[in-house]
Amino acid sequence: MASMTMIQALNNALDLKLTDDPSVVAFGEDVGYFGGVFGVTKGLQEKHGSGRVYDSPINEGAIIAMAMGMAVNGMRPVAEIQFADYIFPGFDQILSELSRIRYRSAGQYTAPVTIRTPCGGGIYGGQTHSMSPEAFFTHIPGLIVMMPSNPYDAKGMLISAMENDDPVIFFEPKRLYNGPFTGDPHVPASSWTKHPKGEVPEGHYTVPIGKADILREGSDVTMVGYGTMVHVALAAAEEAGVDAEIIDLRTIIPYDVDAVTNSVKKTGRCIVLHEAPRTSGFGAELTAQIQEDCFYSLEAPVMRITGWDTPYPHAHEWSYFPGKSRVMQALKTMMETV
Amino acid sequence: MASSNKGIQVPTPRFRPGDRPNFDHLDVPQAGGLPKPAVDADSQNLKEFAFGLVRVLNHNHCAIGDWDPHLSSGMLLDGLKSMVLTRAYDNRMMKMQRTKRLSFYMKCLGEEAVAIAGAAALRDDDMLFPSYRQQGALIHRGADLVDMMCHCISNSRDNLLGRQLPVHYARKDLNWFSISGNLGTQFPQAVGWGVASRAKGNDAIACSWIGDGTSATGDFHAACTMASTYNAPVILNIVNNQWAISTHESIAAGSAESFAAKAIGYGIPGIRVDGNDFLAVYAVTKWAAERARAGLGPTLIETFTYRGEAHSTSDDPSKYRAQDEWKLWPLGDPVERLKSHLIVNGDWSEAEHDDYEAQCTDEVTKAWKESVSYGTLEDGPHSPVETIFEDVFTEQPWHLRRQRQALGY
Ligand SMILES: Cc1ncc(C[n+]2csc(CCOP(=O)(O)OP(=O)(O)O)c2C)c(N)n1
Ligand SMILES: [Mg+2]
Repeated sequence: MASMTMIQALNNALDLKLTDDPSVVAFGEDVGYFGGVFGVTKGLQEKHGSGRVYDSPINEGAIIAMAMGMAVNGMRPVAEIQFADYIFPGFDQILSELSRIRYRSAGQYTAPVTIRTPCGGGIYGGQTHSMSPEAFFTHIPGLIVMMPSNPYDAKGMLISAMENDDPVIFFEPKRLYNGPFTGDPHVPASSWTKHPKGEVPEGHYTVPIGKADILREGSDVTMVGYGTMVHVALAAAEEAGVDAEIIDLRTIIPYDVDAVTNSVKKTGRCIVLHEAPRTSGFGAELTAQIQEDCFYSLEAPVMRITGWDTPYPHAHEWSYFPGKSRVMQALKTMMETV
Repeated sequence: MASSNKGIQVPTPRFRPGDRPNFDHLDVPQAGGLPKPAVDADSQNLKEFAFGLVRVLNHNHCAIGDWDPHLSSGMLLDGLKSMVLTRAYDNRMMKMQRTKRLSFYMKCLGEEAVAIAGAAALRDDDMLFPSYRQQGALIHRGADLVDMMCHCISNSRDNLLGRQLPVHYARKDLNWFSISGNLGTQFPQAVGWGVASRAKGNDAIACSWIGDGTSATGDFHAACTMASTYNAPVILNIVNNQWAISTHESIAAGSAESFAAKAIGYGIPGIRVDGNDFLAVYAVTKWAAERARAGLGPTLIETFTYRGEAHSTSDDPSKYRAQDEWKLWPLGDPVERLKSHLIVNGDWSEAEHDDYEAQCTDEVTKAWKESVSYGTLEDGPHSPVETIFEDVFTEQPWHLRRQRQALGY
């Protein structure tokens, strides 16, 4: 075991796979010599060579298309998109090509591509370095969508993604790269060294795709989220003194529906959380599914805590971010509903 | 046979940290070596300009050759002053970012002539579609430093209401488009603007800039295609400052030796110009502007320069490029070169230059003090919080109204 940040854990996962699988390559903008703008691929070019870990021209569509071409020719590329906000020039390749190749060729061609990309706000990144665009990708049949919330999961999930035969969009909440974050910008940043999930085995292990993690068991209300928001939910429930059951989905598609349903049937109440805008966000999907599966157990309407339906502002990012006080307010309303 | 081809080939820069840079391999032609073609020259006959390098200032700081734009000393001084002021502004903002007064900043050190000579060669009603490194053109167009600073610190006087990351200025009053964080998107937009201008019977043209790295985007190729198809009145600049964050220009260039030469395939003129030579950038832009204004179509210009500083406040260039590249850059410093030219002409002196620099430092210090009096990023006042829900649509729909109310406004 070693104490790792999320960056180090992801780096470690890539390092292991580059070592044990010659078909793995990692590339993207500034990924090679520099090791990525957040340092996730740091040192990997030096260790594995510039034919395995390398820079690409600035063209997200081509990065994804090339990864697909390599994958259908037997490689397992891991492409980095520097910020999730910049993935859209590659959207057509993801939507029309990568996600459908297995289906349209009736399984003759498959594309085991992993696309890693940092997402989320809280770093004063303005509207083009803050997005959480996961919902767009959950609407695409054939794509696996994942988002870890801590170093342990990040490593095990990334290894699962790389070993999986379907394309995966792997969102990395950048606000969590160097430490857990409870959604209060005025509280000094804490580090992963003090967090149990900052303890990461050095060898190979996986966190399975499609398996949620129950971060806290509770009986009053179920809180379902992923990425940064699970930390906010934990802090808010604690401060509000509510006995919440908190579920970290980890895999967004295909998500662990049993973990969610079993919990909601037990608590009878549910709040879903994400940082992305509310309308047509993944919370809408979760909410619909919960009311279909748990209708007769519900004691209150399912609530959504989300970002607003606006671009991510710069100066007012903490009014946009669905932080602890908004979650506590929701908990209060939820628990008062009889 | 196949095994000898094994592996993925990736270009590598000549120098990385620890190497001693040496630019002897760069072919730097003499100033004045290239002729100046007629404005209506057939693009088929302009190929030498895509591979050459238009230069006007020689090593004795004199302007020579056909491309000498014969600018008045007044115009040259205006250009120099904008460059010096831009540099002072950049220095101040960088320092303020280091003390956390700005969330982010990007300098244009070494590239001042690219934007300022470009803007100087255009009319004020020509529309600019810049990237984030052409602040010099905004200053040259007369933007008030206080306004620029207020945007960068997102205070109560930020004309963008605190919505944008610093340096992403938008100034319709100065025919300056809203800068996007998404690389390259402005290139085909500029083509659209130019086409609309002509459709309306106007002779204002559009001018856009992207970086060497951004020339790899689909939007670069889209812009060239559209500009060629519609014979658009637009100037498309690729600012080749050798680096795209940590990525050397060879990653975007591949085996190509010139970015300007990409124009040839599209049937439009491509001209490579010494980007640190104010007169050369001015002359080439002027040529392209006259051509566009006369209905003769687009031009792709590669301004050959060097990014003197970090990409932004988020990176440390000593981690990926050799020390002193900027000092050893064979095309020098655009400010020093124009200054020396004015001194050789007898229109300027070292003492006047020093005075002017000091004056600029005072001016930015004063502007900073005034700017923070309207609020700071950290403590405000900012634009009112409820403005985050405005301008999403013309009218605020019910869902945004509800969200605004949920936030307590
Ligand atoms: C579509 C898109 N992809 C990636 C980025 C991240 N990014 C910002 S600047 C930059 C490098 C740009 O280099 P270049 O075009 O040479 O311009 P320069 O910074 O040198 O002026 C990158 C990769 C982005 N802003 N937009
Ligand atoms: Mg560049």
